[in-house]
Amino acid sequence: MRVSFFIILCICFTFSLYAQDITFTAADNPNDDGGALLLQWNVPLSYPEMILTRSIDRKNYIEIAAVTPLLKSFIDDENIEDGQEYFYKLSVLNIEGETLQSFSASAIAKAEWFNTDKISLLIMTILLGSAITYFIFSARKGKRLYIRKISGLDTIEEAVGRATEMGKPLLFVPGIMDLDDMQTIAGLNILGHLAEKVAQYDSTIHVPVCRSMVLSTAKEIVKESYLRAGRPDAFKPDSVFYLTDDQFGYVAGVDGIILREKPAATFYLGAFYAESLILAETGFESGAIQIAGTAMPTQIPFFVAACDYTLIGEELFAASAYLSNEPNQLGSLKGQDVGKAIIIITLVVGVVLEMCGIHFLKDFLVTH
Amino acid sequence: MRRQIPMLITFLVGALIIVSEFIPHKPFNNLSTSLEGWFLIISGFAIILGQLSLFKVNIIKISRKAPNWPYFIIALVSFSIMVICGILWGTQQQPGLIPASEKMLNFFGVKPFDYIFKYLFENLSATMFSLLAFFMASASYRAFRARSPESTLLLIAAVLVMLGRTTIGSTLTGWIPDSLGFLHLPNIASFIMKYPNTAGQRAIMICAGLGVIGSSLRIILGIERSYLGGK
Repeated sequence: MRVSFFIILCICFTFSLYAQDITFTAADNPNDDGGALLLQWNVPLSYPEMILTRSIDRKNYIEIAAVTPLLKSFIDDENIEDGQEYFYKLSVLNIEGETLQSFSASAIAKAEWFNTDKISLLIMTILLGSAITYFIFSARKGKRLYIRKISGLDTIEEAVGRATEMGKPLLFVPGIMDLDDMQTIAGLNILGHLAEKVAQYDSTIHVPVCRSMVLSTAKEIVKESYLRAGRPDAFKPDSVFYLTDDQFGYVAGVDGIILREKPAATFYLGAFYAESLILAETGFESGAIQIAGTAMPTQIPFFVAACDYTLIGEELFAASAYLSNEPNQLGSLKGQDVGKAIIIITLVVGVVLEMCGIHFLKDFLVTH
Repeated sequence: MRRQIPMLITFLVGALIIVSEFIPHKPFNNLSTSLEGWFLIISGFAIILGQLSLFKVNIIKISRKAPNWPYFIIALVSFSIMVICGILWGTQQQPGLIPASEKMLNFFGVKPFDYIFKYLFENLSATMFSLLAFFMASASYRAFRARSPESTLLLIAAVLVMLGRTTIGSTLTGWIPDSLGFLHLPNIASFIMKYPNTAGQRAIMICAGLGVIGSSLRIILGIERSYLGGK
């Protein structure tokens, strides 16, 4: 009785194998640097257990993974050599571990020269790069470009003048991140312009830094600014100094400087985290004019609450170009605005298409 | 020449990084990781510069008897103690020059560096961090004053979110029938955080992303030279 039941079960199971399209394919894993093959299968979900085996000579197969029908795909990247053909078997096992059926496929791995997953990024890069280049050349040819006023940057000269009149120093904090963060570089670019003004007004500036690499760069920038202002003798190498790499140790150090020195103006321009409000509130207590700028969305509200002027997101990156007033740099800002327009149009078109049930744009942007 | 060579290096490295983003083939695939590795190595060496700067600035202030100069002695002594403890006896993960004696381990419970780190440094850091709560209260008090339509809107949104995120919010609007569930304070708070707040944050992030691309292009093309001390 039990044997006949098992035979019926096996027959039903065998029929079920042919009840739907069963596919098993092996191919090069796309958009990678080689060394990986993509195995895909479409089998009934009722299959109990399956194993994947691999061979290079179609004789000696080694097990590489136990998989399920639901998994649908597997990337084999263990000891795969480019140019070598690999043979795979997907074996369906019964509950006793015996092979009921197996499917075969083979593939050769290779490295690609272009990542098709990044087409949208490439298109955006080309569009943005072209727009920026176009406006740079337009500005060079003398075309007048309208750039809106950024109050925080227009106040820099006023802040330096105020510090000079009061006989108090200025404090510049370039954030707590290293030079590999674009916000730190943007902050340091502004430092160059600020230090030049400081040198012209014969004021003093303190630049406590949190990273050694930033120390070297900031020192060089301030030194060059003094040189450009024609006052290399007034440059004090110790005005740019290192405190600590530790976030709150740095905050304690800067807070101490603010409370002791009572700077006339404080600048927080760079990447900030939880320390932003501690610094800005201490500066507020000391009565300094405060100008802050960061691209950290979570810290911007703190700066807005505690500082007189805040450069929000892109304004921080635009600051150096804005202050330089060079056509080349202003042209690049205009190019960024074109990029913003492209993004807004894409967003609006995407929303409209999604509402109409057309998912082409979303699918393209998600997969590419 | 002093500027041209760094600018050329910047251009080549920047262009290579951009190209490698789209080419998964060797040697472009590991370029970004390799350069990040180089950065870490350089910053590892640069830390000596930072420490020298710290020493120099503090010693100058002590020798000139600058205001509050005893504090600079404390900074130097603390720094030296940490360096000496770290080099001599090492840390829990890294062995030092000499093994920590049994007596020392019994006394501190851990190695001296770990002891100071855990029982002094971590507490001092936590103290600084906890100051944030008080500063947040004072900043909120100023920010939430209804001086203009915008700040009034901010005040209303803040009150709704604060109430909605506490049990008081649920209690206050608990009597509202489920058919008007969208008027429950927790739901209003979630709505504000999920839609207007997220939209605002994303707008800032998109614009900041564009700013990063613009700045990077300016630096790569040599238009922006402030980081080299140029104008």
